[in-house]
Amino acid sequence: MRVHVPSALRSYTGGKADLEAEAATVRGLLGELDRRYPGFGFRVIDEQGALRPHLRVSVNLELVASLDAPLQKGDEVALIMAFSGG
Amino acid sequence: MKTPKTSPALLIATRKGAFFLRGDAARRTWKVSAPVFLGHMVHHAVQDPRDPRVLLIAARTGHLGPTVFRSRDFGKTWAEARKPPAFHKAADGKGRVVDHVFWLTPGNPSEPGVWLAGTSPHGLFRSEDGGATWEGVDGFNENPKRDAWCGGDGTPDGPKLHSVIIDPRDPRHLYVGLSSGGVLESTDGGRGWSPLIKGLDVVQGFDAKDQRVHDPHCIRIHPLNPDRLYQQNHCGIYRIDRPSDTWTRVGRAMPQEIGDIGFPMTLHPRDPDTAWVFPMDGTEVWPRTSPGGKPAVYVTKDAGKTWRRQDRGLPRKDAWLTVKRQAMTADAGKPVGLYFGATQGEVWGSRDEGASWTCLARHLPHVYAVEAASLPR
Repeated sequence: MRVHVPSALRSYTGGKADLEAEAATVRGLLGELDRRYPGFGFRVIDEQGALRPHLRVSVNLELVASLDAPLQKGDEVALIMAFSGG
Repeated sequence: MKTPKTSPALLIATRKGAFFLRGDAARRTWKVSAPVFLGHMVHHAVQDPRDPRVLLIAARTGHLGPTVFRSRDFGKTWAEARKPPAFHKAADGKGRVVDHVFWLTPGNPSEPGVWLAGTSPHGLFRSEDGGATWEGVDGFNENPKRDAWCGGDGTPDGPKLHSVIIDPRDPRHLYVGLSSGGVLESTDGGRGWSPLIKGLDVVQGFDAKDQRVHDPHCIRIHPLNPDRLYQQNHCGIYRIDRPSDTWTRVGRAMPQEIGDIGFPMTLHPRDPDTAWVFPMDGTEVWPRTSPGGKPAVYVTKDAGKTWRRQDRGLPRKDAWLTVKRQAMTADAGKPVGLYFGATQGEVWGSRDEGASWTCLARHLPHVYAVEAASLPR
């Protein structure tokens, strides 16, 4: 599946905006990205296992409510930086 | 490795990144660097006095979680902590979460590589490898009394553990400040803690015996007389001389129209009787700006018995400066250089112990912290 990485996290991916990865769930996918790019995971998921408050994940252009949302081959996953502030 | 020649410098932590101000040897002219970690909320940037090549930065962004960046070459290159400060994972996933690393303290000279960090919400963390990996100090973070010490989330920008102080004579003797939550002391390296709040006032309507409602803003220990500590508190300026367990409100000697409310406090590195504060308006809705729009530093040279205004060079009027608790510092020069950064992005300096002031930089982002350093020119 293709994973879109927002600009704030590209310092971890060597500048890559789009990656290919496979995982059964969103949480598993983020874990895989942390293995590839050490440090990536803690910037995205807190120590209690929750997504950071100003990040969201979409699968095939739909926001998912849970990091345990299942993924399938061919899905398009995007990590999204929330619009906030002034 | 050959150590390069260095000059006076300031590490400026701001809401939108870090900046280095490099001065000439006379501290007369200063040049601001390009931003470091532009856009990151940098709460503290600190040089390691045990190895000045080492700098640590506490950072997060609006979207990403908190971390610590480390440099071993005076800030030319940076590496992220492999294991940033984080609380233990609770079985139900509802445990505390570090929002940001707020305060960084280099360890005792006898413990190279040791750093302590205070976080928001209140948390204390220790690194033994120069900031690469961090572990919680469970004697504080998991202490059954923690809830009796720590106030709630009412502090703007979140409750904080700050003023992480290590007694230069004994690395096991620690003090921390909790906003809110008072002052705690440990004599066993952080395993056990005792309140040190006697003599401190609290906001009217609260019980001063309740640790949670105390609010030290900034605590400093004197490096040459570590039995003496000073404190700028939400409710006044204090001094304590150990082994006494009672703080004395030395701010009562401040001019009544100025008051003794503020955030930062800094000490003369060689004279335990000399300290500086930056008073701010604590009336009505606590505006926390220079009283009357006329900024001034106040100095005591007799351990708080008397205070003198120092405002030469600072704006005479219409200047509503706010200086946060980490944003005022002193260097070790002779005479001592003093520096403060304001939330509207100005950094001011004095190379004559506060007698006169010059604006060293303006148009920076909201300044969180200012620390004296020495960097290659």
